[in-house]
Amino acid sequence: MASSSKYKFGLLWSVGFVAFALVPVLMTSRYQMNLASHILIWGLFAVAFNMLWGVTGMLSFGQALYFGIGAYSIGLFVNHAGKAWYLPAIPIGLVAAAMLSFLLGLLVIRVSGVYFTMLTLAFAQLAWQVTFKWYDFTGGDDGIQGIIAPGILANKMVYYYFVLVVVFISVWFLKRLAYSPFGLILRCVQQNPNRVRFIGRSVKMNQLRIYVISSVFAALAGSLMVGVDNSIHTDMLFWTTSGEVILMSVLGGINQFFGPFVGAVILILLEDIIGAKTEFWPIFLGTIVLIFVILFPKGVVGEIQHLRHRLKIAGESGGRHETHASA
Amino acid sequence: MKPMLRLEGLRKSFGGLRVTDEVSFEIQPQEIAAIIGPNGAGKTTLFNQITGYLAPDGGHVFLEGQEIAGLTPQKIVKMGVGRAFQIASIFPDETALDNVRAACMSKLNQTRHLWRPVERFNRATEQAFAVLASLGLERQADRMAYELAHGDQKLLDIGIALVLEPKLLLLDEPTAGMSPEERQLTRQLIKQLWAQYKLTLIFIEHDMDMVFGIAERIMVLNHGALIADGTPGEIRNNKEVITAYLGEEA
Ligand SMILES: Nc1ncnc2c1ncn2[C@@H]1O[C@H](COP(=O)(O)OP(=O)(O)OP(=O)(O)O)[C@@H](O)[C@H]1O
Ligand SMILES: [Mg+2]
Repeated sequence: MASSSKYKFGLLWSVGFVAFALVPVLMTSRYQMNLASHILIWGLFAVAFNMLWGVTGMLSFGQALYFGIGAYSIGLFVNHAGKAWYLPAIPIGLVAAAMLSFLLGLLVIRVSGVYFTMLTLAFAQLAWQVTFKWYDFTGGDDGIQGIIAPGILANKMVYYYFVLVVVFISVWFLKRLAYSPFGLILRCVQQNPNRVRFIGRSVKMNQLRIYVISSVFAALAGSLMVGVDNSIHTDMLFWTTSGEVILMSVLGGINQFFGPFVGAVILILLEDIIGAKTEFWPIFLGTIVLIFVILFPKGVVGEIQHLRHRLKIAGESGGRHETHASA
Repeated sequence: MKPMLRLEGLRKSFGGLRVTDEVSFEIQPQEIAAIIGPNGAGKTTLFNQITGYLAPDGGHVFLEGQEIAGLTPQKIVKMGVGRAFQIASIFPDETALDNVRAACMSKLNQTRHLWRPVERFNRATEQAFAVLASLGLERQADRMAYELAHGDQKLLDIGIALVLEPKLLLLDEPTAGMSPEERQLTRQLIKQLWAQYKLTLIFIEHDMDMVFGIAERIMVLNHGALIADGTPGEIRNNKEVITAYLGEEA
């Protein structure tokens, strides 16, 4: 049973990889490759975010802060120190995100529930204000344009495959993490924090660890985005960016590892389709998402798993059904 | 030999209510003792102070001669005090196996591993299975904890504590909410676990068959104070206990 689901996962994983790898070959316009890059990067961002929310039960409304750090690290270095800093700025941004998330983490994990959510939102909005107001340094509301990746990465197709590989390795790492002992403890923290202390583990320490890890991957996603759009903008730090990964997770299902990734696919395609048809797209999108969430409260992947589970029980015609956690 | 547990003048109040009133006693290694008393007598609160969930207002708690009052639950657990709760405290959306395995991995200091899947940790998996088996839960290993019957959830809670290999195990009403048949089984099971794991065991119970059936020693709490402490025979004939507690039941 476990090995067959593992096999299925490996199959899905390969199919997904091949599908994304074929986009540049099969596309009818460059725009589609751009769209696929967005899906990959937001998918990573959402999956990393959901390690906090779906897995550990920490609803951060401020992950845009780290997404922005990843992007701004590149933008600011290239703008102020020169083109040669593009690649070094990526690890610098990740380290900056790790340090800041550690320090802010010490503060925000002191509170839980809606207070945690509000506090993370407040810090992210503060960072947004700073980038917005500090025009000379950050370009303010104009952002920074014309940031070109160095060497062969300047080629859009090469860059696409670079994104594909980085995203797949990152998601693979997070998937391993989710089913490791650390991942198990994180789920325990969500389900019964009190009991976690009585098996000898610190709730806060584990929350801090995943907060840092999730934030570093958010920063990685942000840094990947720069080469796709060749620009950075204060919107990357705005609360709507944090909101977007929450929406993706809800759409895809927060209790399934790949839920948020599927949510990213759906949301970005919806935005694209509706955005092309009407300028009132946020209203339409909002309505669709709302209906969606009401119809499929477990998210797309969650509902599919639920359905499969019920079919399996029906199929086992009367026999005592063993219940399994579906990945 | 140092006593496994020693309380000295332990005090705790909630507002004006005295819930632990100058409680002192000693428990020797491998003793099996029961704490009884009416509802609200302060039994759970006493466990809460021993295990670090609540800090006492005054007095001392010594584990093998070492002061533990006011330490965090994590520290106290690591020093060898295990605990199961009055209302089963489990991880509902994990399998029974993972409930116990998580605790086992905590004990083995494996919870920082973030690459290898949980199933590949053979030692933790074997130990978790062994504990499930000793509780008669091995056939429930792959079921989600929330799906288990109430009685099995109570046993699972004990399993989580047991896999930590505690020197001192505290059970808060292990048979609460069980059917008479389940109680009977659980009573035998606990006595057996006590012997098998060479535990020092203190349990809180309202079920008198269990208390007088397996405890070598009984302590009686009333309004936060220890009003009696002795063998089952002594407690049975203690007038104060009869009026304070047993009398109410009759
Ligand atoms: N955290 C708390 N804050 C305020 N009062 C509390 C708290 N915990 C317990 N109490 C009160 O302290 C008293 C003792 O509670 P405790 O849970 O220790 O009783 P108990 O002997 O375990 O009772 P039972 O047999 O019903 O489980 C009760 O009156 C309870 O309402
Ligand atoms: Mg109680």
